[in-house]
Amino acid sequence: MEKPLTQHITPDRKPLSLKEYEQVGGYQAVHKILKELTPEGVTNLVKESNLRGRGGAGFNTGLKWSFVPMGPDVPRPKYLVANADEMEPGTFKDRILLEGNPHQLIEGMIVASYAIQADISYVFLRWAYKKAAQEITKAITEAYAAGYLGQNILGSGYSLEMHLHTGVGRYMCGEETALLNALEGKRATPRAKPPFPQVSGLFGKPTIVNNVETLCCLPHIVNNGAAWFKGLSRTGDAGTKIYGVSGKVNKPGAWELPMGVTVRELIEEHAGGMKNGYRFKGALPGGASTDFLVEEHLNTPMDYPSIAAAGSRMGTGTMIILDDHTCPVGFVHNLQHFFAQESCGFCTPCREGLPWVEKILLSLDRGEGKPEDMQLLNFHTKALGPGNTFCALAPGAMEPLQSALKYFGEDFERHIHEKQCPWK
Amino acid sequence: MATIYIDNVPYEVKPGKNLLEACLTLGINLPYFCWHPAMGSVGACRQCAVKVFKDEADTKGRLIMSCMEPVRDNIRLSVDEPEAKEFREHVIEWLMTNHPHDCAVCDEGGACHLQDMTVMSGHNYRRYEYKKRTYQNQYLGPFLNHEMNRCIQCYRCVRFYKDYAGGHDLDVFAAHNHVYFGRHENGVLENEFSGNLAEVCPTGVFTDKTLKQHYTRKWDLTMAPSVCQHCSLGCNISAGERYGSLRQITSRYNGEVNGYFICDRGRFGYEFVNSPARIRKALVRTHLPEAVTKEVALQEIWGELRQARLIGIGSPRASLESNFALKALVGENNFHLGVDENDQDLVDLSLKILRKGPARNFSLREVETADAVFILGEDLTNTAPMLALAVRQSVRQQPLAQVAQASIPFWQDAAARELVQDKKGPLFIASITATKLDEIATATAHASPDAIARLGFAVANLISENSPVVTHLSEAEETMAQQIADALKTAKKPLIISGCASGSEAVLKAAANIAGALCEQVKTAGIVLTVPECNSLGLAMLGGHRLESAFEAIQNGYADSVIILENNLYRCANKTAVDSFLGHAKEVLVLDHLHHATTEKARIVLPAGTFAEADGTLVNNEGRAQRFYQVYPTPEDLQESWRWLINIGTSLRHPVLSNWKNLDDINQALAEADNQFKGILAAAPPAEFRIAGQKIPRESHRFSGRTAMNAHHAVSEPKPPEDPDTPLTFTMEGYRGEPPSSIIPFFWSPGWNSIQSVNKYQEEIGGHLHHGDPGIRLIEPVQTNLTHYFSEVPEDFAPLQNHLFMVPLYHIFGSEEQSILAPGIAQRAPEPYVAICEADAHALQLKEGNNLDFSLEHQIIRLPVKINNDITKGTAGLPKGLPGVPYAELPAWAIILKQETTWKHQPQIIS
Repeated sequence: MEKPLTQHITPDRKPLSLKEYEQVGGYQAVHKILKELTPEGVTNLVKESNLRGRGGAGFNTGLKWSFVPMGPDVPRPKYLVANADEMEPGTFKDRILLEGNPHQLIEGMIVASYAIQADISYVFLRWAYKKAAQEITKAITEAYAAGYLGQNILGSGYSLEMHLHTGVGRYMCGEETALLNALEGKRATPRAKPPFPQVSGLFGKPTIVNNVETLCCLPHIVNNGAAWFKGLSRTGDAGTKIYGVSGKVNKPGAWELPMGVTVRELIEEHAGGMKNGYRFKGALPGGASTDFLVEEHLNTPMDYPSIAAAGSRMGTGTMIILDDHTCPVGFVHNLQHFFAQESCGFCTPCREGLPWVEKILLSLDRGEGKPEDMQLLNFHTKALGPGNTFCALAPGAMEPLQSALKYFGEDFERHIHEKQCPWK
Repeated sequence: MATIYIDNVPYEVKPGKNLLEACLTLGINLPYFCWHPAMGSVGACRQCAVKVFKDEADTKGRLIMSCMEPVRDNIRLSVDEPEAKEFREHVIEWLMTNHPHDCAVCDEGGACHLQDMTVMSGHNYRRYEYKKRTYQNQYLGPFLNHEMNRCIQCYRCVRFYKDYAGGHDLDVFAAHNHVYFGRHENGVLENEFSGNLAEVCPTGVFTDKTLKQHYTRKWDLTMAPSVCQHCSLGCNISAGERYGSLRQITSRYNGEVNGYFICDRGRFGYEFVNSPARIRKALVRTHLPEAVTKEVALQEIWGELRQARLIGIGSPRASLESNFALKALVGENNFHLGVDENDQDLVDLSLKILRKGPARNFSLREVETADAVFILGEDLTNTAPMLALAVRQSVRQQPLAQVAQASIPFWQDAAARELVQDKKGPLFIASITATKLDEIATATAHASPDAIARLGFAVANLISENSPVVTHLSEAEETMAQQIADALKTAKKPLIISGCASGSEAVLKAAANIAGALCEQVKTAGIVLTVPECNSLGLAMLGGHRLESAFEAIQNGYADSVIILENNLYRCANKTAVDSFLGHAKEVLVLDHLHHATTEKARIVLPAGTFAEADGTLVNNEGRAQRFYQVYPTPEDLQESWRWLINIGTSLRHPVLSNWKNLDDINQALAEADNQFKGILAAAPPAEFRIAGQKIPRESHRFSGRTAMNAHHAVSEPKPPEDPDTPLTFTMEGYRGEPPSSIIPFFWSPGWNSIQSVNKYQEEIGGHLHHGDPGIRLIEPVQTNLTHYFSEVPEDFAPLQNHLFMVPLYHIFGSEEQSILAPGIAQRAPEPYVAICEADAHALQLKEGNNLDFSLEHQIIRLPVKINNDITKGTAGLPKGLPGVPYAELPAWAIILKQETTWKHQPQIIS
């Protein structure tokens, strides 16, 4: 089984230096694109590979790039930003790539930058990833020294600058337009779309924001081709995916697997099954802002359309498991506390609705809930839906709640009738 | 035009707008908070949600925010669709989760956009049962009160303060449901337009602190349309009164002049009207007691003046009518303009430039749309504040072209600003010292008036060779002149701004030459000239003799008595000269509303109404005649100056004045006497104007307590006072619909109690008021292909040994005569000072705060030094009009008096 993304990552070992990375075939993709491919050629190749954004939205990466204005008369500088602000609760896949093989990311960023003819690139890194910050700083310095970054890369005439920017730890910065505002030194509030960042992004210039995992796929697509990349997958969605499992399982962790492994395989084979005495009750398949899947969905393949068909979202592909010893109300309350805290405060429904939801869940958890509370929770799951709020934060926050109400509604009711949490 | 379907009804609307604007323009009520017509959309509050449908067959539709969706031909939307209505109701419900239920004690109550929108949305039942979030409030200075608990986080305050007005010290802090709008710490809000926050804020977070000191609900105010008196721009205001005192000034929308906003001097300067220093009774100094009735005063005047050889001195801060009445009373040959000699020349020259020049005198609205601006010799923020605000919008014009190219609608404010970033259109400033607008300028030069003029002449010459050549320019000046000329030549709508503030004719002439040169090429070039006072231009148009000749007339016995109209001569002429003049006059009669040095010298003082107690017309710097209206009735002894003059004229059996009864009579006479004033009759409807046989009430239909207000005097309701001069009544009775734009006492519409009700009075949102904006332009440019150029290029400034060339500096809070009497304004005014550069200070062995003694026009003046390195070496800045700084005609040479020790230091006792 091929594991292109993580093949050179060994836990508890230092990441490859530039030299070592080159010895195992690193930066070949850079040589190749600069010598053999036009920017449009790279974009078409990536489009053809059917690489979908690994940050959660799953948009075709090549297609996203194709909206960037190209040619001599377009606004400059153009920017590429690696979204490394991994703050989705339960998600730690990018961390492995950032700490484990920073050169792979840099190489991917050069490929993407070349495709859109970006002049400047940024790694927007979550503040808490201190080790990653050190490794990336070192790797960028090495890449500059080796001539992969800076002016006239490998004599091709193409130039690219790269900087590391560490955020201050706001979930909101995972949203690409809020990230761009933060990178400009403004408040991390999202922007209205249109205009899309491809037209008016960082400092009002054409910009692409890609997730770390997405970018790390690029060198391999360039080296091995679109067909190979598609062949890695078990399903229609191409490539491998870093899946993760957390919760009361025997071996929580993250693994690079072919796209489309089933939920059951993930839990039972890779995570070693539920811990003794714990039963699977449900799982958030792609991080905290996705809908619960339950027992009936265990055979669902983990790819974008299949998870969507099961009523949830692939998200980041890192799963949080709810077991039978954990109160679903408390579980959801904990998530809503996070989302309410992380709301940027820009639009009314999110700013005022999420704290209300959080307060209701807390009162339920304390056994102070009232029958009307169920109606209020249901109301919010609809009222904070997509389109009603300014960005996707609140709709994302409502996904675990609405599905918890759907699958574990009885547990919520019991809190009200028994006037206490049955798990306490 | 585009066709849009709202709830299946087709409407023709203007493309390029958003759906919210389209709905409001059509008169459809749709609630909103974060959108503001002057500031565009950001989509934060989610209040204006509507449903849009793909086509006729689509019944499900999609919820969208109408402020963020452009008008598209054939778009189908629904305002009444249940899901949209319900969502709008829930947005209010969310906002109300933390909003205090303190309407009863909130200053905004009754004029609150949040109240209106709450009612409009239908939310009425509270489901939220938890504790509300609370904040600490801040001290923000004398103008605004801060009550953050009421905040609904619409972001309008910071968007106005920072993005629109260029302020730096108000921001949004923290996140999630603890977002905070305020300063980084307690302190005075620095921006000169901060008062607009009280109107921009949809609820009671920022409220007028001066109103709080004598609070009255909007519905209890007697209100009248008025015009600001505190600079020459003529911003439209609404003034409100209760119990005989003026309570509040708010901006009165005028699509051509001030739009939605006014400056802080205009909003908070009104308190001089309530000053204890007001003259409320006629005074005859030789009587005991001095205060006399109107009859006694008129008797006294008749006794003294019927035989007198009379001259009159007018005033640039008095209405056209009062000045004209005085001119008519004393006769054309005996009427003198009560202005500084230099100002008279400068205003006359300004008038000539506007009349004879080919460039159009831009309104404030047009200034906003200029795409290249050159300011000569003006510190606009301090001399004509709202003009500075308009210039701030103009620098967005060129970058906005890029926004259009990117297919981003202008009203999508955040996106437009993001694309533009810090890019600014061309703005060049040549001024005596640094100005607040420098921060957005392409290039600035701080120089002496002559050097500013030379730069201007050089620019004109580069644009048209017909304009005279300037020799001996420095390389830096030549480069800058070229840069300015290039920017102006390539602009589509270039604008030259100058005025009287630098005290230099050469500066005005240079400005005129540039505007003229531009008009040879760009037909849309504009010019704006500021003048010193609210009616300076009107007075100059009326015409009269110099103040100096009035002094001579008394001195040489040509005349023996003088009537001084609303003027403190000590502010426009040398003290010795005024002392001598007033001392020599047999009879001095002053009409004014406040005691000052001149009224002290008068034997007869008549109490004149301020703008709040008088009707009249002012001509602003654009040449726009605008009517202001008496706000509340006054006791008979306190009346308009023109009415006093009619009374005097009648008692003296004056052939003309005896026939005048009211305001319309004067205006009719003025229009007949002088062709240039013909237009003023159209500036406002005459007194007999009626709608459906009714007058327009100054009081709202909710006005309360009218039978109780005077119950401590008499229990019967007194007869309502009559207003013979205007189509307005002082009561609640009258026509309740929409009056003509010039006589709108206050904006109100059913369901719209706040200032946002102005939506209902506009032809289109943010556009003109129905049937045109108030005011009549009396001056239009001449259509000519031949520009007349001024040829007198001055020599460059050269310092003089032991002298300093005193140039005027201005302060928005402090330089203007009347507003400085408002306590809040006084608190913001600087201490007296004289500004010199470091090099001069060093040469004089002076440090910041040391006293500088100098002699200016035979006065010995001592002022503390303020170091200002933008002041040219050899010149010094003297704050004009500031209390504590004596009057002197500026610019002028001052002789430096050697720092001599006049007393010995006493030995200090060491304990």
